[in-house]
Amino acid sequence: MSKRHVTTVVNGDQAEFLADPAMTLLDALRDELNLTGTKEGCGSGDCGACTVILDGRIVCSCLVLAAEAEGKRVETIEGLAHEGLHPLQQKFLEHAALQCGFCTPGLLMASKALLDANPDPTETEARYWLAGNLCRCTGYDKIIRAVLDAAAELRQARAA
Amino acid sequence: MSETLERPDLKVVGTRPIRPDGADKVTGRAAYGADYNMPGQLVGKVLRSPHAHARIVAIDTRKARAIPGVKAVITGADLPEVASALHQGGEAASNMRDLAMNVMARDKALYEGHAVAAVAAISAAKADEALAAIEVTYEILPHVIEVEDAMRPDAPVLHPHVFTEGLEAKPDKASNIVKRSGFNRGDVAEGFASADVVVEGRYTTQPVHQGYIEPHATVASWGADGQCVVWASSQGQFMVQTYCAKVLGLENSNIRVIPAEIGGGFGGKTTVYLEPLALALSRAGGAPVKMVMTRDEVFRATGPTSGSVMYVKLGAKSDGTIVAADIELKFQAGAYAGSPVAQGCMTALACYDVANFTITGWDVVTNTPKVAAYRAPGAPIAAFAVESAVDELARKLNIDPIAIREKNAVVSGGKAPYGPTYQNIGYVETLAALKASDHYKIPLGPNQGRGMAVGFWFNIGGLSTGAIHVQEDGSVVVATSNPDIGGSRASMAMMAAETLGVPVEKVRPVIPDTASIGFSMLTGGSRTTYATGMAVVQAAERVVADLKRRAAALWDTAVENVEWKDGVATCLDAAKPDARPLPLARLAATAGRTGGPISAEASINAQGAGPGFGAHLCDVEVDPETGQVTVLRYTAAQDVGRAIHPSYVEGQVQGGAAQGVGWALNEEYVFDRDGRMENPGFLDYRVPVASDLPMIDAILVEVPNPRHPYGVKGVGEVPIVPPLAAVANAVRGATGVRIPDLPLSPPRIMAAMEKAQG
Repeated sequence: MSKRHVTTVVNGDQAEFLADPAMTLLDALRDELNLTGTKEGCGSGDCGACTVILDGRIVCSCLVLAAEAEGKRVETIEGLAHEGLHPLQQKFLEHAALQCGFCTPGLLMASKALLDANPDPTETEARYWLAGNLCRCTGYDKIIRAVLDAAAELRQARAA
Repeated sequence: MSETLERPDLKVVGTRPIRPDGADKVTGRAAYGADYNMPGQLVGKVLRSPHAHARIVAIDTRKARAIPGVKAVITGADLPEVASALHQGGEAASNMRDLAMNVMARDKALYEGHAVAAVAAISAAKADEALAAIEVTYEILPHVIEVEDAMRPDAPVLHPHVFTEGLEAKPDKASNIVKRSGFNRGDVAEGFASADVVVEGRYTTQPVHQGYIEPHATVASWGADGQCVVWASSQGQFMVQTYCAKVLGLENSNIRVIPAEIGGGFGGKTTVYLEPLALALSRAGGAPVKMVMTRDEVFRATGPTSGSVMYVKLGAKSDGTIVAADIELKFQAGAYAGSPVAQGCMTALACYDVANFTITGWDVVTNTPKVAAYRAPGAPIAAFAVESAVDELARKLNIDPIAIREKNAVVSGGKAPYGPTYQNIGYVETLAALKASDHYKIPLGPNQGRGMAVGFWFNIGGLSTGAIHVQEDGSVVVATSNPDIGGSRASMAMMAAETLGVPVEKVRPVIPDTASIGFSMLTGGSRTTYATGMAVVQAAERVVADLKRRAAALWDTAVENVEWKDGVATCLDAAKPDARPLPLARLAATAGRTGGPISAEASINAQGAGPGFGAHLCDVEVDPETGQVTVLRYTAAQDVGRAIHPSYVEGQVQGGAAQGVGWALNEEYVFDRDGRMENPGFLDYRVPVASDLPMIDAILVEVPNPRHPYGVKGVGEVPIVPPLAAVANAVRGATGVRIPDLPLSPPRIMAAMEKAQG
């Protein structure tokens, strides 16, 4: 089957690639656009390592066809930092909220979507929002603390 | 929370700087196994046996080879025969013949998922087409999964050359029982005769997977001159080098292994699966080959750890003194010998001073994936049985669960059950810390229970290399040959900074390839911060001695007159009043005049690793209508020697506890009647998610190890030992029923509660 030309916006910049009909957004990001910060842990939407934000909504990019990105806005880990690290990235570092780091890009994107939607989540809300992102190293304790601390800092920045 | 011992002289050790590799990991810049590509690379894939046990009668690869774009097809016939020999990779030795046979089956497929052929093609689609075109003729054989089934005299035999070792008389018939091991102390019959109470139970656990989120991945290139380059995510670049050399019959020096960032291992990446195949495919296909496992392949063909059946009988005096123990452990090894049952035996009673015991272990092969190391291999399994039995004993005697453990605790100077004398152990301190925790005082509500359990792990030292390179401007690079699996770059940089007297930000830790640094054993056995850290400190001490020598030469004084403090050489020679202090940057800038570049590499065999002990407390609530278990609170106390970076030590404790909770409540391999795994994905193999867990309070108890310059003990493995029983004991408290079988899934709990209610 012939490839399809896809035009999309990735981290604010226009991006174009040719996609097999069966190509996932994850494969397009990693193999066509060389954005390997987004990880594949399972390929079935069960681990969340490939989480990106598509038109403001978090998706498992392994479950989205590359062709579906046509005309949409994709946000990946490579675009999270603007003029220095995002407060979530900074708090993940300060709280030691990562060990191997493989789940970290997906967790950060899911956390960003959480704080975009809910600037003041409770611990329980954060835990349920992030329940689709598996981390096998940390036991989640420091991740949850980092997310709640980043939320507080972002609220303070907005109030100032 | 941590209880830090006073060491006012330490400026870096014990602080919590940002980890040096952190920015790369929060920005997507860190390159893991699958993130690397070589120009012109092919896609490699593996054909796996759909049968749990089958003779491979014939493999016809002609159709696959004829597909345009398919560049290589290999089977077991393309790989050399490897002699049976043990190789010490990390904590445990592996048989190289078994390793080679596990990488690619030869005459028999021994489990569903066993590799039988591999292909390399110009695209993933072409590789899939080639796999589908390979015709394998199998003769399906009867299979066996459960350990006690495999031990029966009429069980289907996996290996006709295996005769049980360790029996009094040599058996006359091949068996799945590879080995009987064990040891004794005192007189067990007499011990039980003197006991006031006896508890007895049969306990079972299922195989569980390490569950690292990064699937195995590699890119390998075979050069026209036979020089090989392998990019691989593993727990040891030198392990990958040696195992590839053994499986392919090459010399180590012809294989350069570049360590990728590792996305979790937990012991599961202490061996090779893809790398030798990628090299063989690259040789056959004339181009680099990239191979990445699917999650399905990770479950079916790598890891897991053993399922088990265990019998525990304990006898005690009415005051709680345990006077006798009789323990039998039966572990699944998977398709090849080598379950961690020996470690299970050695750790089973490692927290207890018992006068009379007998411990017997059985290593049994089964038609399941060959087990791989999983965090304190064998110990959590044995501890589940023993700690459940001790809990029963405490209940029967109406003694507090911490008190009964204090009563029977091993102490420094006492003998470990497996032989050596304990020194500088912090076990009773750990029990005391748990007893003093707020958690222990919180009252429980209805349907809630509290469980506690303890655990032990040896921790090892071993062969390690660390190097310090002072750059031209006086900044520092510390190089080690251990992949950083949980934050060891931070601890290496901190120990180097502490020894050199410079800020940690001035020290960059790197992990070079096998051609660029001396050997280290793999990252495992909780050895890296201990052993490789010791090498780093020794290299840094050599650099300090060299810097002092250089300063003395510049000042024309004796080296004894030079003090090195806070990264500056100061002259103490009263006869040299004009000698101005020389900071590291100045000495680096003048290195050409004082003997050349400033650098040192220490290659050592680190001895004196101290064992670790942990004590965990878990509160659960069990829904009486569904059997669902909610973990309400979790506290884990552990003797860590001294925490170099306390946040990452806490992280080890929290992560190990979480894995143990998953093992206790949800995780298990489920096989259908044909021996095929039914749940090879994260949807059905359920690891803990964020909403399954509470905060996990890690209490770091610091009883320093005097054999390490900064008091380090290994910390990574102990935390997974107690949780299985801590959770099970909490469920026992909440339900009033002892469920001796893991996982404690809702249906199992409902069945047990209904049975108890009659």
